[in-house]
Amino acid sequence: MTPLIEFRDLCKTYVMGDTIVRAADHISFSVNEGEFVAIVGKSGSGKSTCMNIIGCLDVPTSGEYLLDGRNVGAMSKNELSEIRNAKLGFIFQQYNLLPKLDLLDNVAVPLLYAGKGKRERRATAQKMLERVGLGDKLHNRPNQLSGGQQQRVSIARALSNSPSVILADEPTGALDSRTGREVLEMLQALHKEGNTVVLITHDNSIAATAQRIIRLEDGRVTFDGPASDPKAGVEKAGAMA
Amino acid sequence: MSFSESLSLALQNIWGSKMRSFLTMLGIIIGIAAVMVIVGLGNGMENYMTDMFKTIGTNICEVTLTGRDTSRTASVEDMYEVLRDNARYFDNMSPTVSMRGSIKVGTEELDYTNATGVAETYFEIKSYEIAEGRALHYMDMEARSRVCVIGSYVANEYYGGHAVGETIRINGAEFTIVGVMAQEDDEPARGMTDDVVYLPYSTAARLSGLGSVSSYSFTVIDEDNVSIAKTALENSLYDIFRSEDAYMVISMTQLLSVMTDMLNVVITILAVIAGISLVVGGVGIMNIMLVSVTERTREIGIRKALGAKESSIMVQFVIEAAVTACIGGIFGIIAGFGFSSLGTVIITNILGFDMEVTPSAGSIVLAVGASAAIGVAFGFLPARKAALLNPIDALRYE
Repeated sequence: MTPLIEFRDLCKTYVMGDTIVRAADHISFSVNEGEFVAIVGKSGSGKSTCMNIIGCLDVPTSGEYLLDGRNVGAMSKNELSEIRNAKLGFIFQQYNLLPKLDLLDNVAVPLLYAGKGKRERRATAQKMLERVGLGDKLHNRPNQLSGGQQQRVSIARALSNSPSVILADEPTGALDSRTGREVLEMLQALHKEGNTVVLITHDNSIAATAQRIIRLEDGRVTFDGPASDPKAGVEKAGAMA
Repeated sequence: MSFSESLSLALQNIWGSKMRSFLTMLGIIIGIAAVMVIVGLGNGMENYMTDMFKTIGTNICEVTLTGRDTSRTASVEDMYEVLRDNARYFDNMSPTVSMRGSIKVGTEELDYTNATGVAETYFEIKSYEIAEGRALHYMDMEARSRVCVIGSYVANEYYGGHAVGETIRINGAEFTIVGVMAQEDDEPARGMTDDVVYLPYSTAARLSGLGSVSSYSFTVIDEDNVSIAKTALENSLYDIFRSEDAYMVISMTQLLSVMTDMLNVVITILAVIAGISLVVGGVGIMNIMLVSVTERTREIGIRKALGAKESSIMVQFVIEAAVTACIGGIFGIIAGFGFSSLGTVIITNILGFDMEVTPSAGSIVLAVGASAAIGVAFGFLPARKAALLNPIDALRYE
C-alpha cells in the first residue's frame, strides 16, 4: 500500500539575513491512511515547517514529499491550491474563520473553491455543522460563538470537502483544557471513522491523544513510534482512551 | 468560483463598509457628474444656437458686396440676374439694408428696434405672416414709398395693437405703417424678432445715403446642398467682379457648423479636464483596495489555504474594484441628471437664456464604460498584490 504522506529525505532551508536556517534536516517518514499521528516538538524544532509542507502551503528545498503518491514539490501554485482544496482539511490554532460570513458560508468556503453549486454547498455545510453539534447556529457569525464552538466550526469546515488528511495545527492552543479536550475527542472520533489525522503540537499531553508520535528536534526526527512506547516521552492523560 | 458568486461576494464586502465604499466612490461620482453636466451644457448650447439660426433661417445665404479690389459694381438688377442664372439652386432673393439711426414713435425713441430695408420677397424668404394690413409690394420698391411693416412687439408696445395707418419716424423721415406682422417668438422681447421695422430697400438705401445696396439674402431650394449652391453663387459673383475679395457669401448652415465645431472643441477639452477627476477617482479606488488587501491579508491566507487559486483571489478583488466603480458610476449618472436639471433651472430663470442642459446618451454610456474600465484598471494592482500573497505569511498576519 502506498503511504498517504511520505517524506523522503526532505530538507527545507530558509535564508535569514546571512545565516541559513535548516528548518527540516533530512526528514523521512510516512503516514498511512487511517493513522492518527502527532508531530511533536518545541518551538523551532521544525514542526511548523513540516505542517506547512504537509499542508502544501510550502514546498521542500530538497528531497521529496509525496501526497497520495504525487510529488508535491513539482507542482505549480495552481496545482497546490487544488490539492489543498481536495486533499487537505485544515484546523488552525486561531480557528481562522471568516468574520463577515455566517457559519454556513464559512464551512462552505472549501466547497466554493471546489466549484460546487450553491445548493450542494449549503446542504453539505449544514450536514457538517450538525455533525459538530452546531446545527442550530447556521446563520450566526463566528464572533457570536465561544472559542470551543468556533473550533468546532473549523473542524466542520475541514471536513466539508471530504479530505484525505485532516491537519490540525495546535488545535487546542487557544482553548481552556475542558473545551480543548472536547476538540481532541472529536479528532479521535474522526480517526475512528477512518480519517487520517495529523496533529501538530508542542504539548506532550495533547500529543498523547494520537496513536503514533513523531518527535522533532532541530529539524530532525528523534523519535518515531507508537504513543504507548515509553521512549515517546508523552504522558498518557488518564481520562482519554 | 463563478462570476455571479464573485459578484455577490464583492457586493457583500462593499455593503459591509458602506461609508468607506461611498467615500471611495465619491471621486467617480463627481467625475462622471462633471463630464455629464459639461457635455450636457455643450449639447444645450448647440441646441440653443441651432434654434437661433433656425429663426434666422438655415436655408439662407447672405451675400455682402464689399467692392474691395475691383472697380466693377453690381446693381440690384444685376443681383436679380444672378438669381435667375442660379435658379437651379436658389428660389428667392431680397436686398437687405440695415438702418443705423433713430426710430421714433412720437417723441419716444426705440433704441433696440431694428429697421431694415428689404424687398417684397423678404417676407416669403423668412416665411413671415402679415397679421394686419398688407406686406410691402413691388410698387413700394419702385416708388421708394415711405411705408413700412412692423413687428408685433412694436405694434403692441407703442400702438396698443392698432398700428396700421399710424406713423413712425425713421432717421427723421415719417413712414406710414401699412402692415403688422404676426407674432414670431413665443415670448416677444425687446430687440428680438418681433421688435422690427421693415421698409422698402430702395427707400432705405436713399435714406442712408448709399448709392447701391450691398447686402442680399438668397434662399436655397435644397437645404442639404447649401455648399454646392454657395459655390455656384460665388462663381456668378466672380464673373461680375473678377475678384474674390469683392464679395462675401455666408451660409447660415456653414456658419452654424463652424460654430458647432468650435463649441465641440471647447466642450471636449472641458470634458477631458473633468475626465481627469475620473482618473483621480480611480486612484482613490486603488488606494482603498490596497488598504483593503492589507486589512484582509489573513482572510486571503485562509482562502488560499482552503483552496483558492491566485486567479480566484485576483478576480475577487478586481470585481470588487470594478463593482465599486460601477456603483459610483450609477450614482454619478443620477447626480449628473440632478445637476443638469439644476443647471437648466439656473440658466433659464437667473440668466434668462432659454437653454436646457441635456446630457447625451453617448456621454452616459462613455461614463459608465469609463468607470468600469477604471475599476478594472486600478483594481488590478491591488488584486495582483492580494493574489501573490504567500499563504503562510498571510495566515500568520495579525
